[in-house]
Amino acid sequence: MSLLEIENLSLTIGATPILKGVELTVSPREVVGLVGESGSGKSMTALTIMQLLPHLARAEGRVAFDGIDILGATEDQMCALRGDDIGMVFQEPMTALNPVKTIGEQVAEGIRWHTKAGRAEAEDRARKILDRVGLPEAKFPLSRYPHQLSGGQRQRVVIAIACALKPKLLIADEPTTALDVVLQAQILDLLRDLVRENRMGLLLISHDLAVVTEMADRLTILRHGEVTEAGDTARTLSEQQHPYTRELALASMHVPARPKPHLAGSAKPLLEVEGIGRDYPGRRKSLFRPAQPIRAVDDVSLTIEPAQSVALVGRSGCGKSTLARMILALDKPTAGTIRYRGEAISGKAEAELKPARRDMQVVFQDPYGSFDPRQKVEKLVAEPLHLLEKQPAAAERREMVAHALHEVGLGPRDMDKYPHEFSGGQRQRLSIARAIITRPKLVVADEPVSALDVSIRAQILDLFAELNQKLGIAYLFITHDLTVARAMADEVLVMHEGKIVERGKTPDVLDHPRSEAARALVAAAPDLHRAIARKMQEQG
Amino acid sequence: MTMRIDLPEETIAGVLAKAFGNRSFLIGLAITLLIVAVALISFFWTPYDVTRLVIADKTQAPSWAHWFGTDHFGRDILSMIMVGARNSIAVALVAVGIGMGIGVPLGAFAAARGGIVDEALMRVNDLVFAFPALLSAIMITAIFGPGAVNAIIAIGIFNIPVFARVARAGALAIWPREFILAARAAGKGMTRITVEHILPNIATLLLVQGTIQFALGILAEAGLSYVGLGAQPPMPSWGRMLFDAQTRMVIAPWMAIFPGMAIVITVLGLNLLGDGLADILDPKSRRRR
Amino acid sequence: MTAFLVKRLIIAALTLVLASMVVFAVMEVLPGDAARLMLGLNASADQVEVLRNQMGLNAPLVLRYLHWAGGLLSLDFGRSYTYSVPVIDLVRERVVVSLPLALIALALSTVIAIPVGVFSASRQGRTGDTLAMGAAQLGVAVPNFWFALMLIYLFAVWLRLVPAGGFPGWGAGIWTALKSLILPAVALALPQAAILGRVARSALIEVLNEDYIRTARAKGLPYRAVLWRHALRNAMIPVLTILGLQFAFLLAGTIIIENVFYLPGLGRLIFQAITQRDLIVVESIVMLLVAAVILINLLVDFSYAIVDPRLRARQ
Repeated sequence: MSLLEIENLSLTIGATPILKGVELTVSPREVVGLVGESGSGKSMTALTIMQLLPHLARAEGRVAFDGIDILGATEDQMCALRGDDIGMVFQEPMTALNPVKTIGEQVAEGIRWHTKAGRAEAEDRARKILDRVGLPEAKFPLSRYPHQLSGGQRQRVVIAIACALKPKLLIADEPTTALDVVLQAQILDLLRDLVRENRMGLLLISHDLAVVTEMADRLTILRHGEVTEAGDTARTLSEQQHPYTRELALASMHVPARPKPHLAGSAKPLLEVEGIGRDYPGRRKSLFRPAQPIRAVDDVSLTIEPAQSVALVGRSGCGKSTLARMILALDKPTAGTIRYRGEAISGKAEAELKPARRDMQVVFQDPYGSFDPRQKVEKLVAEPLHLLEKQPAAAERREMVAHALHEVGLGPRDMDKYPHEFSGGQRQRLSIARAIITRPKLVVADEPVSALDVSIRAQILDLFAELNQKLGIAYLFITHDLTVARAMADEVLVMHEGKIVERGKTPDVLDHPRSEAARALVAAAPDLHRAIARKMQEQG
Repeated sequence: MTMRIDLPEETIAGVLAKAFGNRSFLIGLAITLLIVAVALISFFWTPYDVTRLVIADKTQAPSWAHWFGTDHFGRDILSMIMVGARNSIAVALVAVGIGMGIGVPLGAFAAARGGIVDEALMRVNDLVFAFPALLSAIMITAIFGPGAVNAIIAIGIFNIPVFARVARAGALAIWPREFILAARAAGKGMTRITVEHILPNIATLLLVQGTIQFALGILAEAGLSYVGLGAQPPMPSWGRMLFDAQTRMVIAPWMAIFPGMAIVITVLGLNLLGDGLADILDPKSRRRR
Repeated sequence: MTAFLVKRLIIAALTLVLASMVVFAVMEVLPGDAARLMLGLNASADQVEVLRNQMGLNAPLVLRYLHWAGGLLSLDFGRSYTYSVPVIDLVRERVVVSLPLALIALALSTVIAIPVGVFSASRQGRTGDTLAMGAAQLGVAVPNFWFALMLIYLFAVWLRLVPAGGFPGWGAGIWTALKSLILPAVALALPQAAILGRVARSALIEVLNEDYIRTARAKGLPYRAVLWRHALRNAMIPVLTILGLQFAFLLAGTIIIENVFYLPGLGRLIFQAITQRDLIVVESIVMLLVAAVILINLLVDFSYAIVDPRLRARQ
């Protein structure tokens, strides 16, 4: 018998349909993956099982857990199930814990509530489960507060809360999306072990096909609130019977065509970074001792040649964004020099920076935060024209904006719209249009595709490749995602704790990493090819 | 102090449509317009002349001739309320103007510069916050003697740190945004970014705070006039009317009831307007409903 | 934690010093000669000069400030011109009226506001919430001194339950004395409670939308337990901020309300002093009230540190 059975589940919030006829089962001790792009209804499916839906949501159909009709259950019955028989892990570890309560209190609370155990006994059990999820007493006493832990550590606490009472079913909703690849691999390992030890069923929700393939026995693919395909992981992905499954798989492994590869050493370097460093004032440990500065970037040197595409990869917090900001002259280095076309830019006044800024633009990660919501596209895309020596007249400016929009695949009519009228992928195109309007020689792109769905992301990577070929723009891609580096970069730089620890041609670094940091990154990066191959072996 | 701002992504037509569906906003707007209209009409016409004392008509209960009754000098209460509205609105409006005009640039500048400048401005803020408007008014009166201008200055001074704080908190929430970094990468300086990107994005925040301070200003003005630190006789003011009513509560309660109602309704209207604006303009509060 | 508290303490002390300079400077620019005022118009120029020297009015500005500020620290505010007694004696007999009034009002408004805020937030959008918030909306708009007049009319003039004004003194028995503070305290507290209740409600609603509330519910805690155990403490942070600001309003309100009820508190004293141009009394009371506002804000800062562990870590 199945542990969880969802039959013909439909969900509406207000008048908006969210789910249509969803079917899903999880057997005891089985790992089921639920895959879909943003807005496909994955999270709402999970919240329906927990009955933690928003106010106006109406669910129809049948959801049965362990023989209990969830949709018909009273709130008291649900309270008895939640945390005891069904545990749940959420996406955002930074906000999932109550900031004013200790981790001990938060883990013990559920235990006390369900088992009526006394404080001492509950804390004892909380201690054991925290030890189990990799937070040993010596470094992580029960009296720690969430703000004293990193994102990965907080996610371990959330997992401890969810698994404290060995539930029959664990629901993990994008448990690793907010973490870097190395942490992701560790958390996934932990989940896999816990599920096995405690004989739990696991419903793993993710947008990342490679992650789900590595973890799941079966998978269900969701699109616009409907199940498009479901079945054994190996068979579903090897046969790819449904076109959407094929589309997802292809997009996940997409490598854009760049017929003219870059030849190293072909020209004078565009950008030279020499021994730069950046210190931040550290936290004061005592009133009487001066604070130790934190070295975010430490003695970094690199060069980028015209039309060359370089990827800077590293774990979150390794200093890559700080380095990018210094290159863009948005932050001042505390040591070293940055030269652009042979001219030093560090320490220059804003007015003197104009020529360099004109040649060097930026694309950010968040397609929603990159635009002033109060301005129209014309004004937004034209913003860097401010850097030109001679300000173009209004008509000429419109012409230039239209041209830039055309180059990124948007029409001239988009000029008079506001940014919220565009989808995430289109906004990233706008972002690129803004970056290329001054015809720069270098574009720094900070995680430009990590907030996008896989299919959109493939299109944006194609656009980057096309502009590189057509306009000869050099790129510095900042990313924690090795597939982006593999798809786009001629060279890879690996950054670790503020230093560049490895540099080389992309295939060399990614296939034969030498430094420990690079090896860790490569080993942890989910890879769909590899995952499918492994599943084929397991599942025959 | 940090603050989360969800930047509204709206067209003007969308905002208008929402405004017409918002009950608080509509009621608040209607009341506010009514009070302003009453104040304007009082310049041309009032039922009776408020400067003429008719002792024969003193402390008359409400009647068809005097809807709200008369005071101890025989003046018509309704007419005095109408003229008093001018005073309340003028004082509160100028005080909001002072607060915004000085507070917003200070707050925006502090947020843009950060560091020592920010710290220093915040300390000055703390200092002004330590003087409630009444205490400032007391000190100003001690120097210059009583008058309506004192009330304006005292309330205005108190408004400065309020707007400085709101502007600073709003600006601080916007400065780290990526679109600001993009503007900096486009070579734009601190002042230009503040004018082009920061101020338009905190305008709604300031508008909402403006209506709140307007309402508080009307309450504060009434309080100051009541204790004799605001508008001086014979200029009618709502607070002063309540002071005159106090000793005559037993014989002429209407002298207290109607001016008080005028204050309550005006402040209520402004607060509803502010609540409505906040609902319409702030996507987060709307989601909560 | 200590670093945070020490920093706040230093800031409060600095604010106090600056405030004292402002008060001193304002009194300095005042027209009129304090010695002349004290001696009256008939005094000779020599007599005035002698007194000026005695009072230290001929000393340089900085010395005079230091002398005055030093006096404040030892609670020596100088002598009142009109009463011819040390100001501190006047303050001492008046503060036993004003301080209890302010504290009762503060306590009353908190005790009313927090439960109303919780009630409304947990019934968001339902009839109970709409009624409570409608009442709060009205309460915010009511000026406390007018409310006081209405209360007097209702409870003292009509129902004759409590005295309409005056204060018998604590010597007349605690209950008798308290009875004459009830109406003033209610008049002060209700409008403040309306503001605080609204803040408490919106803070709670904001907190109830946080991710960690969902985590707590996913543990199986019922909604009420989540509200009391997880939401309330987080919502206290904005509530405390408003509470600190309200104390300043409450002090100002006390000054006005004392005049409505003829209570012999600091508020009455300061207005008598203004009409009699007894400036040293005005100056002293203003300084005292400013110090009280600064002190309360310091206490609010300290209570943040108790409520929010993140502040304890930050410097």
